[in-house]
Amino acid sequence: MDESSPLMAKARRVGALIRKESRQMVRDPSSFAIGVVLPLMLILLFGYALSLDVKHVPIAVVLEDTSSQGAEIAASFQLSSYFETQVTRSMALAQGKMLSGEIDGIVRVPSDFARRAVQGDGQVQLLVNGIDGNTARIVEGYAEAAVAQSGARLSAEGQDNASVGGQASVENQLWFNSANDSRYFLVPGLVVLIITLIGAFMTSMVVAREWERGTFEALFVTPVRTDEILLGKTVPYFLLGVGGMFLTIGAARFMFNVPIRGSLSILIGVSMVYLLVSVATGLLISSSLKNQFLCSQVTMLVTFLPALMLSGFIYDLRSVPLGILLASYLVPARYYVSLLQTLFLAGDVWSVIWPNLLILTGVALALLALARRATRKRLD
Amino acid sequence: MTDPAAVPVIEGRGLSKQFRGAAKQSIDALSEVSFRVMPASLTALVGPDGAGKTTLIRLMAGLMSADSGELTVLGVDPSRDPQTIQNRIGYMPQRFGLYEDLSVQENLDLYADLHGVSQAERRARYPELMDMTALGPFTRRLAGKLSGGMKQKLGLACSLVRSPDLLLLDEPTVGVDPLSRRELWDIIDRLVREKGVPVLLSTAYLDEAGRCDHVVVLHEGKVLAEGVPGDVTKAADGRTFAVRAQAGEPARELQARLLDEPDVLDATPEAGLVRVVRRAGTGDGPIAGLEATAVPARFEDAFMVLMQPDAAPKDKAPSAGADMKLDHPPAAGGDGPVVEVRDLVKRFGDFVAVDKVSFEVRRGEIFGLLGPNGAGKTTTFRMLCGLLNATSGVLKISGADLKRSPASARQKIGYVAQKFSLYAQLSVSENLDFFASAYGLHGARRRERIDWAVGQFELGPFAQQLGGQLPGGYKQRLATAAALLHEPDILFLDEATSGADPLARREFWRRITALAKQGVTVIVTTHFMVEAEYCDRIAILDSGRVLAQGSPTEIRARGVTPDNADPTMEDAFIAVIEAARTPASGEKAA
Repeated sequence: MDESSPLMAKARRVGALIRKESRQMVRDPSSFAIGVVLPLMLILLFGYALSLDVKHVPIAVVLEDTSSQGAEIAASFQLSSYFETQVTRSMALAQGKMLSGEIDGIVRVPSDFARRAVQGDGQVQLLVNGIDGNTARIVEGYAEAAVAQSGARLSAEGQDNASVGGQASVENQLWFNSANDSRYFLVPGLVVLIITLIGAFMTSMVVAREWERGTFEALFVTPVRTDEILLGKTVPYFLLGVGGMFLTIGAARFMFNVPIRGSLSILIGVSMVYLLVSVATGLLISSSLKNQFLCSQVTMLVTFLPALMLSGFIYDLRSVPLGILLASYLVPARYYVSLLQTLFLAGDVWSVIWPNLLILTGVALALLALARRATRKRLD
Repeated sequence: MTDPAAVPVIEGRGLSKQFRGAAKQSIDALSEVSFRVMPASLTALVGPDGAGKTTLIRLMAGLMSADSGELTVLGVDPSRDPQTIQNRIGYMPQRFGLYEDLSVQENLDLYADLHGVSQAERRARYPELMDMTALGPFTRRLAGKLSGGMKQKLGLACSLVRSPDLLLLDEPTVGVDPLSRRELWDIIDRLVREKGVPVLLSTAYLDEAGRCDHVVVLHEGKVLAEGVPGDVTKAADGRTFAVRAQAGEPARELQARLLDEPDVLDATPEAGLVRVVRRAGTGDGPIAGLEATAVPARFEDAFMVLMQPDAAPKDKAPSAGADMKLDHPPAAGGDGPVVEVRDLVKRFGDFVAVDKVSFEVRRGEIFGLLGPNGAGKTTTFRMLCGLLNATSGVLKISGADLKRSPASARQKIGYVAQKFSLYAQLSVSENLDFFASAYGLHGARRRERIDWAVGQFELGPFAQQLGGQLPGGYKQRLATAAALLHEPDILFLDEATSGADPLARREFWRRITALAKQGVTVIVTTHFMVEAEYCDRIAILDSGRVLAQGSPTEIRARGVTPDNADPTMEDAFIAVIEAARTPASGEKAA
């Protein structure tokens, strides 16, 4: 090998920049914070604290009706793992508990319940603490289902007006997330947030820092080329991002027992493509703005928040208004989230993987080309 | 022209460059600049802040392109082929491009790798660089933990990892104390003389121009003069005189008076006398009735002559601030000192930043704190302002203990910080409004004080301009005006003139002189040793201790050596510091 060939010289320069960047990364407490502490915090937060599931909601069933139908309603709540049910006969007592925050809901079975149920008009009164809208909705839904079932059984049990074929009861079955555990989609979704943070946020901050501190000025007046500078920034943060990715995939699999139904290698592969999208976004933003404060704001606005809210990670995109749905197509994270959900919870569904992967790859290449154009060894 | 020594390394012809200001007006950073740099020579771009020095150097480094004109660097047009230039030159930007979180060695290695310096070359080069910069013992230290002077040396070393064909240095000595400045100059001198590397540097210190082979004097983007420093100095030949103050009159007050004389173009206090540059054709007779002795012209004298063509009327900037009047001058009070510092100590962990410092300042005195970077000046200042608690010692402002009544003491103090610490996004009047409220002024008194500040500092025409967009000298005025709104008895100035052009500095000192005369007590720190001449007394600090204290004349006497009978303040400063430091130590406490 010719020691002085241009290619060798280029490789040496890139190597020097990567070494320099890695040293800075290791020494800078804020990169450790964003690269390691933040992912861990997000994993713990989303994994344990933030759950969209309703479990063990304390409620009271006020049984004013002593009939067996009433008892059946109470039992259905008592047997459900969604609720922590106390049965009482006093509405006043239950209301007191509701006010003091001991319980989140009251199911009142009025004294004429059984009588009206026979006429197909069984009604219970439902009082739900609306502060937590999500819980409220679920309690409401469950109570309705319980009442409807009880009513249905009553009519099915040989009562006069029942229709001939009996009544069909609706039975919910959840696919892919059969335990209805929100961790199943939250934890894989975390991979998106962490890769976005490390890839876009950190990269944009470190590039802007060089502009701000004037370190680029001295670096520019050396044989170094623009693409080498970009490569020197991309590689270390790409690797840090890969680390964060393994951390979250590992946490998903082993801490929260999320299944990985697709193949791991494809999961890692598509994650790297998305990581590249993030790094390129960070490079593009910082090369254009050259100011750390602005970069952090813009990066949050165009990468992190959309990845959180418009990617389908928390809010199901099928139930959002049309305008937001259309906007979500501009968010690269949405393609990645759909890949993640497929690979974690469904399997290697190629009809989903191919289009999303192609779009992500295209976006990565386009952003890199733009970043290359925006970074120039110029100060004017 | 086959002689390579006669072919310029750099040649610029008619270079112009405009920038768009924030208010959409265009600013001429450079207009029609032509100059040359010859091989194996040391060339200086001399001029105050905003003269266009940095822009010109960036053009040469291929980091910017001129709007018009031609530029050739090492036979190449840098705007057409910047990479070729960047492969061959060494460049040290003003904000040194060091990575503060990398060690000295890692910074050097980075630049050696980027320049493709082989391991064999490094083995030869590194010891040489370490020897030159005396950084050898600190190779493992993080660059961010070095003192200002050492950082500059490391920046220089990084630009010299391989022998460059040309070295461009943008203000290598800015913000560096006189001692480190001298060391840097020795390194640069040796590079040119021994290695034959052509060096182009920029500087705002006019006294440094004399050390160069060739100078290009820039002011407001135009070349005022170009040539051998001695030739440029000739512009002031026969026009420089020394005038002795009458007994009892401080030199600075005579200087302030002389600036108003129609014959006088410039005056500065020096060694108890006043140095005067006369206008062309005003002869050599007495000035203001005082005898004038002819003295040799200096580069700065010529600069003042070039900056103010004689056709200009007398009411130019230096006389601004002459009639600075306080509405309520500080009361005469008792005989005691206004500021009393006794055995002041400040420790940060094991490190003693200020070590038993004592001094007293009386009403209407100007007191100077001088010292190299890290000497403890700023720490002392912060304790005086009540921003930092002393570890031990006595600190009294107008007789009141600062520890016991910091708030009332602070009310007596005005502080002008080193960096522009006003709000760049607020207009001049908004800034003054804000500071007036911050000092608790309201109603009629607040209006009265703001009117006073705007009137006395002649800020009226700029009232609506944003603070950040003011020209340098006016920022200075605004900062001083804001510090005086609450009519303090004491004014602290922390390197308030660094980077200001000589005219702005004259004007600034003129105001300070007027304030002192009306009874305001002033304490200053400065890197410009010539400014120490405005002080009644000065103290030289190093490693937290006072090494010398006295009048400028007394201090200057400490610099007398067998071969230097008439030392400058800078010579004396260096002599005092070097005598106090043990010969072995080259390191300064950060």
